[in-house]
Formats: sequence, C-alpha cells, structure tokens
Amino acid sequence: MAKLSVNPTRMQLRILKKKLIVAMRGHKLLKDKRDELMRQFLILVRENNVLRQEVENGIRLANASMAIAGNVMQKQVLDVALMLPKQELQIEMEEKNVMSVLIPSYTIKLKTNNTNDIYSYGYAFTSSELDDAIKALSDVFPQMLRLAEVEKSCQLIAAEIEKTRRRVNALEHVIIPQYQETIKYIKMKLDENERGTITRLMKVKDMILAQAHGYNQ
Amino acid sequence: MYKVAVIGDNESICGYAALGLETYPVNSAERGKEILRQMVSSDFVIIYITEALAALISEEIERYQDRSRPALILIPGISGNTGMGKRNVKRSVERAVGSDILDLK
Repeated sequence: MAKLSVNPTRMQLRILKKKLIVAMRGHKLLKDKRDELMRQFLILVRENNVLRQEVENGIRLANASMAIAGNVMQKQVLDVALMLPKQELQIEMEEKNVMSVLIPSYTIKLKTNNTNDIYSYGYAFTSSELDDAIKALSDVFPQMLRLAEVEKSCQLIAAEIEKTRRRVNALEHVIIPQYQETIKYIKMKLDENERGTITRLMKVKDMILAQAHGYNQ
Repeated sequence: MYKVAVIGDNESICGYAALGLETYPVNSAERGKEILRQMVSSDFVIIYITEALAALISEEIERYQDRSRPALILIPGISGNTGMGKRNVKRSVERAVGSDILDLK
C-alpha cells in the first residue's frame, strides 16, 4: 500500500495520528448512515413496487374504457368534452429530511371539493365509457400521487446511498490504510534514527575515553 | 404552490385533464424535450410521462433524476404497458444495492 510522501518527523506523526482518528470516526459514521439509508430504501422500494403495480393496473382499466370511448364518440366531441376541465389541482410540497436526503411529500389542493367536478361535460353527447375512464383515473390518482412521492424518494435515496458507499469504501480501503502505513513508516524511521544516535554516542564516548585515558574498552 | 403535468400522446393523456392536471400533448421527441425543459424551469413538481415518450427522451429524463424536483414518473400509455416503469425501479435498486435483490416479485 502506498504511503504518503511526508517528512518522517515527530510533528507529522502527531498530525497523521489525529487524521487517522478523524478518518476512523468518519468511516464509522458513514457506515451507519449507509446502513440506515439502505433500510429506509428497502422499505420504500417495496412500497414502490406494490404501488406501481396498482397504478399500472388502474391506468390500464382507464385506458381500456378510454379506448372504447374514443371509438364510440367522434374525436371532436371527445376533445370538446375534455377541453375545459372544472377541476383544478395544485400541490404543496414539503421536504422531509431522512439522513440528510430531502425526500418530498405532497399534499393536493383542489379548486372545488365536489367529487363530481371531474366530469367537465354535460352527459348528453358523451358515452358512458368516458365517464368510466375518468372515474377509473380519479380512483387511481391518490395512488399515483403516492407513487410519485415514493419513486422520487427512492431515486434520491439511491443516489445518496451510492455516494455514501463510495465514501465508505474510499475511507476503508484507501485513506485509512494509507495513514496507517505512513504512521508505521514514520515510527520506524524515528526508531532507526534513535538507534543511530545511540550508537553514534557510544562510539563518541569510546573515542573520548580513548583520548583521555589511552585505553580501549 | 406547485402544479402537476402529464405529457405524452394525446389519446393517452386527455383523460387526466378532467382531474385538474395540466396536459401537454406531445408527438415528437424534440417537442417532448423542449416542453420538459420548460416545465423543469417553471413550477411543476410532478410530471407524469407516458412510457412511449419516455423511451424517446430517456437521457433527458435521467438528467433530472437526482434533483429534488420535479419528480418524473412514468405511466403506461394507451398503447399498453412496456414495463419501463418497473425497469426504472429495478435500476434504482441496482444503483443503491449493487444488484437486484427484489427479484422475488
């Protein structure tokens, strides 16, 4: 494993030791974050799957009716019937913070509360299949809204998990080993210097003794 | 206050107008991209896109995936379900977990 290119000094050793502690703590925290995100993600994605099934079935029913309506009625009549909707829908979005991912939650505001206002036409010139189609759509719409919420959350959390996992891996397999390696290197180097100094001192002592008293040990 | 839009071919989306959603009939990829871009910069928070159209402008859609808004949600159109919506869910699982672990369904 590659060590960092630093001067093998006591100062560096101290700095690196501190950095290693921070990296290890960060690694632990990020790992916890990843695990929690993953737990949340799995709950959401299961719900997402179920909802998607429901929504797709609902829309299929609506589309089947709509296809019949489109064939029974003239295209112009159909277009006119749906040209001016009575209902108007607006949405408020709140963001919920899940492990620093902002996941959306929507609440709808309708212009009118009358559930019959989805039929924007008099019933005289339209076929009943159109009514069925629109009823089916309006029945499935709450699920569609929840699907939007859940699916967006899943996408956002998936992106965050990917990011967090990279960070965890980088810390675990690159940064921390690098620091450990470098710390070991500096320690070895310092120890070696120390031994060098001791032998030098012993040698000098011998030389001085030889000079002063004229004998060798 | 945000709005909800539906884009796709006219036959698939005309019903949503009755629910109070804003519908934008689109019949070419260029037009779809253009409308999508306009929507993203204005105050649409959920955009439902038919799978048929989404298949044509998938790279445009992917670009907005990591943003907190809008949510781009695929819905089957009148020509039937292509399974693209499900595949997208699968993709995000693969992205998060590394492999598709929800195979059971």
